[in-house]
Amino acid sequence: MTVPTGSAALGLRDGTLRQADYWAALWRRTWRGVLATSFLSPLLYVLALGVLLGGFIKADPARMEGATSYLAFVVPGLIAAHAMQLAVGEATYPVMGMIKWRPTYQAMLATPLQARHVVAAHLTTIALHLAAATGIYMLVMVPFGVYATWWGASLAWLTQIGVGMAFAVWIYGITCRLRNEEGFGLIFRLGVFPMFLFSGAFFPVANLGRVGAAIARCTPLWQGVNLSRMLTIDHITWWIAAINAGVIVLLLVGGWRWAHTGLERRMIT
Amino acid sequence: MIEARGLRKTFGAGASAFEAVRGIDVVVRRGEAFGFLGPNGAGKSSTMRMVAAVSPISGGELRILGLDPATDGPSIRARIGVCPQEDTLDNELDVWENLFIYGRYFGLPRAVVRERAEELLEFAKLTDKAKSRVEELSGGMKRRLTIARSLINRPDLLLLDEPTTGLDPQARHLLWDQLFRLKQAGVTLVLTTHYMDEAEQLCDRLVVMDKGVIVAEGAPGELIRTYSTREVAELRFAVGEEDNEVMAEKIADLADRLEVLPDRILVYADDGESVLAAALDRGLRPVASLVRRSSLEDVFLRLTGRTLVD
Ligand SMILES: Nc1ncnc2c1ncn2[C@@H]1O[C@H](COP(=O)(O)OP(=O)(O)OP(=O)(O)O)[C@@H](O)[C@H]1O
Ligand SMILES: [Mg+2]
Repeated sequence: MTVPTGSAALGLRDGTLRQADYWAALWRRTWRGVLATSFLSPLLYVLALGVLLGGFIKADPARMEGATSYLAFVVPGLIAAHAMQLAVGEATYPVMGMIKWRPTYQAMLATPLQARHVVAAHLTTIALHLAAATGIYMLVMVPFGVYATWWGASLAWLTQIGVGMAFAVWIYGITCRLRNEEGFGLIFRLGVFPMFLFSGAFFPVANLGRVGAAIARCTPLWQGVNLSRMLTIDHITWWIAAINAGVIVLLLVGGWRWAHTGLERRMIT
Repeated sequence: MIEARGLRKTFGAGASAFEAVRGIDVVVRRGEAFGFLGPNGAGKSSTMRMVAAVSPISGGELRILGLDPATDGPSIRARIGVCPQEDTLDNELDVWENLFIYGRYFGLPRAVVRERAEELLEFAKLTDKAKSRVEELSGGMKRRLTIARSLINRPDLLLLDEPTTGLDPQARHLLWDQLFRLKQAGVTLVLTTHYMDEAEQLCDRLVVMDKGVIVAEGAPGELIRTYSTREVAELRFAVGEEDNEVMAEKIADLADRLEVLPDRILVYADDGESVLAAALDRGLRPVASLVRRSSLEDVFLRLTGRTLVD
């Protein structure tokens, strides 16, 4: 009989890095399209909403949470909403695909990799995608003069990635627990779409009335919208910023657990 | 290499629970080729997945390479090669990338994986397909690639779940030849099959599984000697003739044992030719008859009352 070799557990970082070549190979096949759309959609959005629609809106900065123009108000909201949509998109069909339609995860889990390594690597690629997409979005906006300070813009960028990932981890965990893709319709229609419209991305949540505003302020998207807006227009209420950041971090920590236990349950049968 | 005691696998819970493996004892020793032979649904794959440390056991005990899969799964998987029943190749990658990326999952340095990937392409006779997409490969090529991939970590133990199912005879013989070479190189092979000829060719020792339990165990020749006679005479009668059962009664005393199947009668005896001659003397007129050596198929029929491939 063979003597046990001593089973030092495979570290999370090591196990995740072992999948770098896989994700790089996929990325090599898709990056052109991804980059092109990353440029195009922010340009179209900002043209339609920020410039053309914003041209009609001349409100007092006090009624726009301190923003001096509608463009400056809407840009951080647009980027946060974009991050959410991208993250949800990436954590639904592609994940279900690797669970069910293609044997990607199954092959990975037959090697020394464990579910947490597989999830960490996949989430890391989503984070990189978010970083690229929101980063490009923010850069495209530079000529429009919507950033008050460079450090505020940088922190806002981290916020966008953070709020996107908060969605990614939770949706990833839900996807693992869904039998098939039929549940995705519900996620998009009852979760993503209302949040997209009513979490303060396009208009101040105060316009929703007392109850409406309170509900909107409970959504994860609002945390990202509000924090990144405060940072880009440099109009920061620090205790609120701390709450926004704290909620995002809590969502990330809890969601990470939810995601990797989800894959374990789904794949280890 | 493998030690299982009272090994069980249950799927689901409560009223809908289904026990696919119902307490099997198996010991596989270093360097041997060991087989699980059984019909569809016997529990072969369920057993293989537990041994591959990808499916938790539901009961009993299991040690692989002396390790417990519940706690040492990653260490076990690092040292075994797995060729699952359904190919798990990545269609979005080309042939070479499938080897390279899989090797990286084992934490092997890039240079090492590159070198091994070349060697394995050679071994699998796929060198000229290195840059092809997996989708373009034939079934046999995919199977060879899967086996090549399972060798990227130079495993001590190779698990093959139905390595040749769905392949044409030529492709099967090529694979058998490759597996035989691995065995010569000292790799312990564990394979499942429902082809008795494959089991006879490749396995030093095997277990016959049916409905989640082991019904017999031994070397192929040993099993045949224990559970069957040296030869079998097969008699096939024209449709519309007397019932096979009635025919069988007429010759029952000639044989050690008879099996009456819907389409033929199997007469077990050490000297098949003389039994056949005697049957003809008694006025039986089969439309076709043959005498052959007993095989594992006969062992299975004897043990379960059913044929292996239906
Ligand atoms: N994930 C699962 N959930 C529920 N039942 C399962 C699962 N996997 C296998 N089974 C059941 O367990 C039994 C044994 O299946 P298994 O795949 O182990 O058989 P097998 O001997 O490999 O058969 P085959 O020759 O068809 O591959 C079957 O009845 C099958 O339906
Ligand atoms: Mg099987």
